[in-house]
Amino acid sequence: MTEEQIALNHPMDAYLREDRIPHIWCSGCGLGTCLNTFLHALVKSKIDMKKTSIVSGIGCTGRVAGYVKLDSFHTTHGRPIPFATGLKLANPKLKVIVFSGDGDLISIGGNHFIHAARRNVDLTVICVNNFTYGMTGGQGGPTTPITARSATTPFGNFEFPFNLAYLAAGSGAVYVARWTMLDVRRLENSILHALNKKGFTFVEIISPCPTLYGRMNKLGNGLKMIKDYQKNTIINHKVDLKDAALGMDGKIVVGNFVDIQRPTFTEVLYDHIAKPQPNKKEDIPKEERKKIEHHA
Amino acid sequence: MTKCWRKPLDTAVTEAPRGKIHIIKERCKGCSFCVEFCPKKVLELSSHYNAKGYNLPEVKNPEACIACDLCTIICPDFAIYCEVEKKKPTTGKKLKQTKKNVRS
Repeated sequence: MTEEQIALNHPMDAYLREDRIPHIWCSGCGLGTCLNTFLHALVKSKIDMKKTSIVSGIGCTGRVAGYVKLDSFHTTHGRPIPFATGLKLANPKLKVIVFSGDGDLISIGGNHFIHAARRNVDLTVICVNNFTYGMTGGQGGPTTPITARSATTPFGNFEFPFNLAYLAAGSGAVYVARWTMLDVRRLENSILHALNKKGFTFVEIISPCPTLYGRMNKLGNGLKMIKDYQKNTIINHKVDLKDAALGMDGKIVVGNFVDIQRPTFTEVLYDHIAKPQPNKKEDIPKEERKKIEHHA
Repeated sequence: MTKCWRKPLDTAVTEAPRGKIHIIKERCKGCSFCVEFCPKKVLELSSHYNAKGYNLPEVKNPEACIACDLCTIICPDFAIYCEVEKKKPTTGKKLKQTKKNVRS
């Protein structure tokens, strides 16, 4: 390394644990771009970094918590949302972000995901969907499209996959968006909106996995997969989410699908606690209270 | 290239910002996203390799860079970034020209 090289400082270095960079993600993988875009959005949002926490599960995307220089948790498989819920309830002033993959959030943590959306816990969930389990060797998961080949479905997948945006919207998320990792500016705006919105906000990012999913399905290298995204992406904000499923034909409907208002879990909880409880001494009629006190 | 309906009235005054691109060679993994998606085709894949054996991008025509920052945000390895160069103040002559343009 020359002296000139050492002096170079990337603008995002302030928010990264530099000793861990370069990261483990393969050449052509979209996860680095997702993290880069997320950091750009986080810096733009001007949220106090000392009151921000990021939680990740296991998997390739789960490494994000280790690379970001914030208070971060790298939790057990599938449990980033329970950890994040606990964080949020213990300290409601914290901004809690869950950054994880589809195998972690939707398959193993699927139950936690739908219930956090139902309760409208004040979290920002960013799910990177690469249609496979990357770190463990390309097994088929709940998002693997039908007829796609994977390590566990060598003759083609025959299980129907989840449509994550539809699942989140049906479970009650207040903000649902889907973008590919190539739409960096739109994705940045979406994440920015999600960070500033109260309630369970969900952003799905479609990202290529050239090493496993791409190789097994002969989709070419990372660059070719992204060029296919460029060709096949349709922006439609008002699409009926039933029709926005992802299949092997490559058509990807993207957009900001849902943006509604609903009271969050923390608000409802504190309202409930503040309400007068009927079992308190003052609420019992005087005559009855006297009787009770007499017996005691 | 996108098609413009008319020439913008303030073309004489406004100058596109100029950028300078820095490449952190040791971080690059040669995915060539920056080369492919640069809107002004500033970068090119060179024949140089870094210590890990990845092909590095190279600045082909630095004058074309308009500091759009797309390479900074799309790079998965935090290996490339763009610095905005300071602009020279616009001259009075150019301002007069624009006013003429607006009137006509």
